[in-house]
Amino acid sequence: MSRTTYSRALEILDDVCIGCSHCMKVCPTEALRVSDGKAIIHADWCIDCGECYRICPNRAIRVMDDDFKQIYNYKHRVLLVPSVFFAQFDDSVPREKIYHIIGELGFTEVCAVEQSVDSLTDEVNEYVRNAQKPVISSFCPAIIRLIQVRFPSLVDHIMQLLPPIEITAQYYKNKFAKAGIPESDLGIFYLTPCIAKIAAVKSPVGGYTSPINGVINMDFFFNKVYLVYKQRLPVSGNISINGELSSKGILYPTTGGESANVEGRTLAIDGMSNVIDFLEILENEEIDGVDFLELRACDQSCAGGILSHRNRFLTAESMKKYAATAPDYHKLTLDYQRYTSAVVHMDRIEPRSMVKYDRDIDAALRKMERARELRELFPGIDCGACGAPSCEALAEDIVKGQSEINACIFLRTLYEKRGELQLEEAIKIMERIWGRSRFDKKL
Amino acid sequence: MKLEYKVEGGDFTAAGFASSQIKKILKQLNIDPSVIKRVVIALYEAEVNIVAHAYRGVIKAHIESGGITLTLEDEGPGIPDVEMAMTPGFSTATKAVREMGFGAGMGLPNISENADSFNIETIVGKGTTLTIGIKFK
Ligand SMILES: Nc1ncnc2c1ncn2[C@@H]1O[C@H](COP(=O)(O)OP(=O)(O)O)[C@@H](O)[C@H]1O
Ligand code: SF4
Ligand SMILES: [Mg+2]
Repeated sequence: MSRTTYSRALEILDDVCIGCSHCMKVCPTEALRVSDGKAIIHADWCIDCGECYRICPNRAIRVMDDDFKQIYNYKHRVLLVPSVFFAQFDDSVPREKIYHIIGELGFTEVCAVEQSVDSLTDEVNEYVRNAQKPVISSFCPAIIRLIQVRFPSLVDHIMQLLPPIEITAQYYKNKFAKAGIPESDLGIFYLTPCIAKIAAVKSPVGGYTSPINGVINMDFFFNKVYLVYKQRLPVSGNISINGELSSKGILYPTTGGESANVEGRTLAIDGMSNVIDFLEILENEEIDGVDFLELRACDQSCAGGILSHRNRFLTAESMKKYAATAPDYHKLTLDYQRYTSAVVHMDRIEPRSMVKYDRDIDAALRKMERARELRELFPGIDCGACGAPSCEALAEDIVKGQSEINACIFLRTLYEKRGELQLEEAIKIMERIWGRSRFDKKL
Repeated sequence: MKLEYKVEGGDFTAAGFASSQIKKILKQLNIDPSVIKRVVIALYEAEVNIVAHAYRGVIKAHIESGGITLTLEDEGPGIPDVEMAMTPGFSTATKAVREMGFGAGMGLPNISENADSFNIETIVGKGTTLTIGIKFK
């Protein structure tokens, strides 16, 4: 395995990581291993879902968001705020106040991300009518990447329409261009509830380039806003607020909020393992007559986003309350409709094959067969003491020359019992996986 | 590589196990997704046929670099008229089986359509053996 410790949207901080292996156990593509006492990521397999970040007890995973200061590189600083951000606060904090604090923190304009949802919905329905069914939503970037890596045969089901955030960003770019403002003066920033959206902005799929100039971490930004609110610092109100949103838009990032707008038979599925289960049967062609699938990596969708600090059910509840007070259509819908269809399309999404054994089929078959034999030797408890997430994964690593049979603590004990392995050797192996320092402790 | 799976008659909830295992392996071998799809459909239909129409059976898969050969051997009633059984829409499935979403009479025709080679050997009162070959390229 390569020693690269980064993918596009997250990285492991080697000096903080204690190699506890929690992340390795939750990775849906088994892209993590522990070696030399540190977690390492197989960048090609990482889908930026951030499950590792969610579980890490040591905060050793860094989100590759942008430095906040860089907003000052632009004269016009627009922050695109997702509806889930307002739901980070309890319902007593007024939205107006939040907008003004955002201005105080350095932005010149705020805009509600899901403003483009109303015009997008028409495009989606048009698309679904003419496409191969079921159409899979392109909303959640972690799901797009999951399909690219684990379900390559389904990539053509992914809707080739941009998600709301990109349409809103394009709208802004266009709006400022029309006002004669030079492109270099406009900085569009997105407040993200997750790592996947960072990946989507930095390395988009479908032959697209995002006009978004930077991504701000919602968890970090919440703290900044809440501090101003709590300390009752003076707020000048020098910000242009574009908070136009329909109830549809507010609910879009919640579970069922997208599928509710699509005609025909639709399903909304949230949570990574639920989505994987469903994609397995979809791939087997066991699903018939479904027109549209809303698939979201997080339980409760973006209300359960990795950078959303509040309890996901309370967050979703707040979003529903907000939606109940909002109109069915908002004032800018017509304006958006006028040009959405010109910018909404993207190209086909390419699969990202996960080479498990070898590109050459003969070699792959030989390695796989050997791995299956090895698998029989291991205890099948998936204890992770070998630095791999499962006995099966260890067998794969061994045939690829990335680990060794003695990495298995059970086999090692067996060899020691038989007198075939010396204690010193056994210790060395443990140190190679879990790091030297772990075995130098004075008790 | 050779693999083997057992199938029990009447156990609809377990039907599909062999095909999902084979699917996983073929994906790990980076076989063309459209080929995998054909293998999965053919094997799944054949597996369900053992569950729906026979008493028990064994599925053997032989994977080589050129393709996969599937042999499904069952103990069961056999098929009295193979030509008839191969006709799209023909089915002897009971009402109960149909209500479970099986028995549309498209299984055998689907298998034959997705296979590069397909053979049925059957002895009435004894059992049926299907041989399905699908090339990887
Ligand atoms: N393994 C089998 N053993 C006995 N009969 C079978 C077997 N497979 C298929 N048949 C017969 O052939 C018919 C057609 O099979 P198929 O095309 O798969 O349709 P279906 O399973 O929906 O009835 C079945 O109804 C059954 O009578
Ligand atoms: S469900 Fe929402 S928050 Fe979670 S990964 Fe997908 S887009 Fe991000
Ligand atoms: Mg059948």
